Formats: sequence, structure tokens, C-alpha cells
Amino acid sequence: MRRTQTATLKIASAVLFLLCLLVAVPLLINATGRSDLYYTLTSVALLSIISAGVWITFYIGRINIGQGAYALTGGYVSAILVMNYGVSFWLTLPLAGLFCAAASVLIGLPILRLRGVYFAMVSLVLTEVARLLALALPITNGASGIVSIPLPSRLSLFGLTLIPDFATLANPRLGFYIASVLLMALCFLGLYRLAHSRIGQLCQSLQQNEELASSIGVNIAYLRVIAYALSSFLGGVGGAMFASISQSIYPSSFTVADSVNFMLNCFLGGLGYVLGPMLGTFVLYFGWDLLFQTGEFQLLIFSTVLIVLMLVLPNGLMSLALPRKRSL
Amino acid sequence: MSDILEIVELTKRFGGLVAVNNVSFAVREREILSVIGPNGAGKSTLFKLISSFLRPSHGEVRLRGERISGLAPHIAARKGVVRTFQETTIFKNMTVRDNVVTAHHLRSHATLAGFYFGSAAARNDLDAFGTSADEILAFLGLKALSDEIASNLPHGHLRALGIAIALATDPAVILLDEPFAGMNHDETRRALEIVRKLRERGITVLLVEHDMPAVMSISDRIVVINFGQKIAEGTPTEIQKNPKVIEAYLGAEDESIGL
Ligand SMILES: Nc1ncnc2c1ncn2[C@@H]1O[C@H](COP(=O)(O)OP(=O)(O)OP(=O)(O)O)[C@@H](O)[C@H]1O
Ligand SMILES: [Mg+2]
Repeated sequence: MRRTQTATLKIASAVLFLLCLLVAVPLLINATGRSDLYYTLTSVALLSIISAGVWITFYIGRINIGQGAYALTGGYVSAILVMNYGVSFWLTLPLAGLFCAAASVLIGLPILRLRGVYFAMVSLVLTEVARLLALALPITNGASGIVSIPLPSRLSLFGLTLIPDFATLANPRLGFYIASVLLMALCFLGLYRLAHSRIGQLCQSLQQNEELASSIGVNIAYLRVIAYALSSFLGGVGGAMFASISQSIYPSSFTVADSVNFMLNCFLGGLGYVLGPMLGTFVLYFGWDLLFQTGEFQLLIFSTVLIVLMLVLPNGLMSLALPRKRSL
Repeated sequence: MSDILEIVELTKRFGGLVAVNNVSFAVREREILSVIGPNGAGKSTLFKLISSFLRPSHGEVRLRGERISGLAPHIAARKGVVRTFQETTIFKNMTVRDNVVTAHHLRSHATLAGFYFGSAAARNDLDAFGTSADEILAFLGLKALSDEIASNLPHGHLRALGIAIALATDPAVILLDEPFAGMNHDETRRALEIVRKLRERGITVLLVEHDMPAVMSISDRIVVINFGQKIAEGTPTEIQKNPKVIEAYLGAEDESIGL
């Protein structure tokens, strides 16, 4: 009885939150005329999708500082498919994710054996490798990157228009905002289901004790790769969407600093909470912007606040809202 | 009774050190067989070889004639050989019940996708895991602690939880590495009772233990290892009289073999 009640409450608040983002926020932006906020909020939504991927690797006990590599790869895959092969952007979105997932299986098989700081270091190097590859490969067009990517075209099913051609929209920014929010909702719904299903329990068993997990018959190498592939899939999708919004992608679009931020988003939000990466991204993004006025002290203040927050709230910001609700 | 497990010329080298040296013996169906020996004799290494946590340098282990060594731990577990750990090894941030529910992995019929989307098979599995976990917890006297976070348990219960986790895999052979270590007299007595009950469930038990009175009282047979080599094998009475065993344990306190 109580369980169904909390479940209803959860669904209700999720729907309310989504309505807020899809209806109230655009109305508010319209009223205030701050349409630049669309770009900011769209970025937060997409960055939180990419960070959600990092959260999955945390969930199996790996510190992943390499998500920038997959975001970058996703961006290029989408851009190249759209520009060179005329593929519809909406189709390149899952394709970019799948490409990254496939690549991460090949990369993950050897490196996921590493634990702790060793995995973290190798993953950090990945982002740099991806950048160098983007500079060197003929298809990525070197340092000048890929520019003037057309806006997403119409998506229709059986003649029915599902998504209009973005180039015909009066306000493509609103279009991107809506698309990104829906994508984010889908991503976190999927993540919530994962964490609360038996798979989440198996991931936790890896995080807490890999030896014990293998002794009870869990194929730990397989599960690790699956989790890493899911993580990279989200990185690729987020990166593809970014490339389309900025209509360009460069080797420096996602750097080591971005990879570090994706990880910090998860830390700050709370590794034990599904919504942690979303909250963390939001706070970190706006926190950084708010400190802009402090000029040269921006980074110093930012880092200090971050360190203090992590010391005071080791379980992340979400632990304020949901104090010690089991370990999930 | 027939042999369930055959250990054949098992050898493990770590660089120059031969931790397990050409050890052979057989384990009968549903017996309690103890492996004893001084510290560093190679007992834990032997268990890790049998459960495929380590790859042998030479020799092999057969379960009902089928090789199970040199594979991977999860494959040995799937075939029915499961170990517990010398050090406390649990999923420390899960509740006691979730520890045991998680450990039912090998009994799943549903696929990972099935668990994700909540297929009928997955729901059946989850119900069955819950029922079986409750039964195992009751069996080991942990029922009242079901909802405790595992890391909060007192030592004796942690050992029992380790056994509960192994039991959840429905093993044919269970390898217990020093299950009575750090227990007081009462706890040991209860743990001995549990080991006897494991056998009643049809499980073959291999035991590494330093508590000699406990070993002597519970074992059907004993294998003695010293410096990686098997130096004796027999019933508790035979082992207590064996001059090689007495010699190996001399230098340590005489009481340690229960003489
Ligand atoms: N991974 C390893 N690498 C190198 N040497 C090892 C390794 N594991 C064990 N050893 C060595 O092998 C020998 C046997 O160790 P093992 O842990 O099997 O002994 P044991 O009989 O279980 O001892 P104890 O009663 O103290 O638990 C020891 O000398 C140990 O140092
Ligand atoms: Mg040992």
C-alpha cells in the first residue's frame, strides 16, 4: 500500500517537473525575453545526459574521466553522416550512440580490468587520444573541424510529421530545447529503471566486491563491458546533439576539462542517486556562470567551494533532499 | 560413496615459490573433508585453484569427471563449486537480505533485458530469489537481521552471511576458508552445527581451518599440507597418530593439533 503511494508520488512529481520544463520555462522565457537562456538550459540538459553515462560507470565502481572522448566521437559521427552521406540527423542520433558503444566495447575489454586510479588515468588519456585522432584523420577535417552542419531535417513516419524541419521553425532554439529536455527525460527514466532493476543490484555487487561477485557466478567482465557501453552510448548521443545545435564540431569541442567536469557533475550531485548527475550538472554549470563576475578569481573560488561541498556532503547534493534513503 | 571431486597433481608456482606442489586427493560425495596445515602451507591457494580463482601451473581439478580448473570463477560457480573467503567478504553496503538475493544470480531464468523490462520470467525469478533468500537466512539464524546493512553485523554473523551468499548459488561443493576464525566457543559450536546441516542439504564440504578441536570433531577425513605438499590423508584418528603430521606441527604449540 505505502509502496504504491510513494510510487504514485514519484510519477506525479516527475510529470510535474517535466511539464515545468516544457511549458512553464518557455512561457517564462517568453515573458522576460531572455531567449539566450534556451541555449544555457539546453546545454545543461545535454551535459547531464553525458554525465549520466559517467554515473553508470561509477555504479560499477569505475572512475571514468574519459567521457569527453565519446561525446567528441558522437559529435563527429553525426556530423559526418549528415554532411557526407545525407543521413537524417534524427537517425544519426542513435547511430552516433551505437558507434560509441561499439568502440567502447573494444576499448573497454582491456582497460576495464584496471581498477581505481589506474582505470581513471587510462580513461583520462582517452579524451586526449580522441582529440588527436580528430586532428589527424582525413575524414574529420583536422583542426578546422566540420562546420555549417545543416539544422535537423523533418522526421516523418508513414507521411506523418513527427518533428518538423528545424530550418523552417521560427525559433529553432526552442526546438532544440524541447528535443533535449525530452531526450534527458528519456535518459533518466531509463537510468532509473536500470538502477532499480536486478541489473542495478548486479552493478552494485561489482562496485562493492568484484571477487565476491564472480564467486557467485556473475560474469564480471561481461557486465562491466555492458555498463561501459551504455555509458558511452549516452556520451555519443549527447555529443551528436551538441554538434547539431552549434552546427559545428572541432577537435577541441570536448576536452580533458570537459571529461573532468562530467565526473565532477556526478560527484557533486551524488553517486548514490539516479538524479545526481542532473542536479550536479545544473549546479556546476550555473555556479560557474555566476562566478563569472569575480574575474580572475573564478576558478579559485569555484574549486574551493567544490572541495568544501564534497567534504561537507560526501554523498552529494541529493543527500540533502533524500537523506540516507538506503544506499540507492 | 563415489568421488565428486578429483584433485590431480595440482601445482601452483608464484615465481620461484611453489605454493602448492603436486597435490592429489579425491573428495567423496557429501563428505566433510578438512585441509589443515601450518600458516603459509598453501591451503588458501589450493582452494583458489579448485574454484578457478587461480590457474594451476600444472595438474587439474575435476568435478564428476569434468575439468573445472583453469577456467574463470563464475564458470566454476556455475558448475557447482563455490568458495567462501578467508577474509570477511560481503557486499557491505547492501542489506543482509539483498546480499543473499543478489547471490541467486545463477538461478536466474530471465535474461538481463528481461530483468530490465520486467518480463514474466524476471518477476518469477525475483519472487523465487526472495523466498529462497528468506529460507537460507532462517536456516543460518540470520532472519532477524535481514534488513540490517551488512557492514554493521558482528563478526560471527558476517561469517554466517558469507556462507549464506555461497548457499544462494545452490552449490554441489562448498569450500569454506577458515569459517570459524575469530569466533568464540559458542559461535564456533553454532557454526559447526551449520556445517553439519550443509551436508544434510546434500552439499559436499571442503574446510580449511586452524581450530583443531573443531576440525577433529566434524571431519570425515583430513588432508594435511605442509610447504605446499600433501603429507598425510586419513580419518581424524589416523591423522592425530601420524608421525609426519606431529613433526610438521612440532615447533608450533603441541596443542594446536589437539594432542
Ligand atoms: N598471489 C600470490 N603471489 C605470490 N605468492 C603468494 C600469492 N598467494 C599466496 N602466496 C604465497 O603462497 C604461500 C601459501 O599461501 P596461502 O595463502 O595458500 O597459505 P595458507 O595455507 O592459506 O596460510 P594461512 O593459514 O596463513 O591462511 C605463502 O607463502 C604465500 O605468501
Ligand atoms: Mg589461508
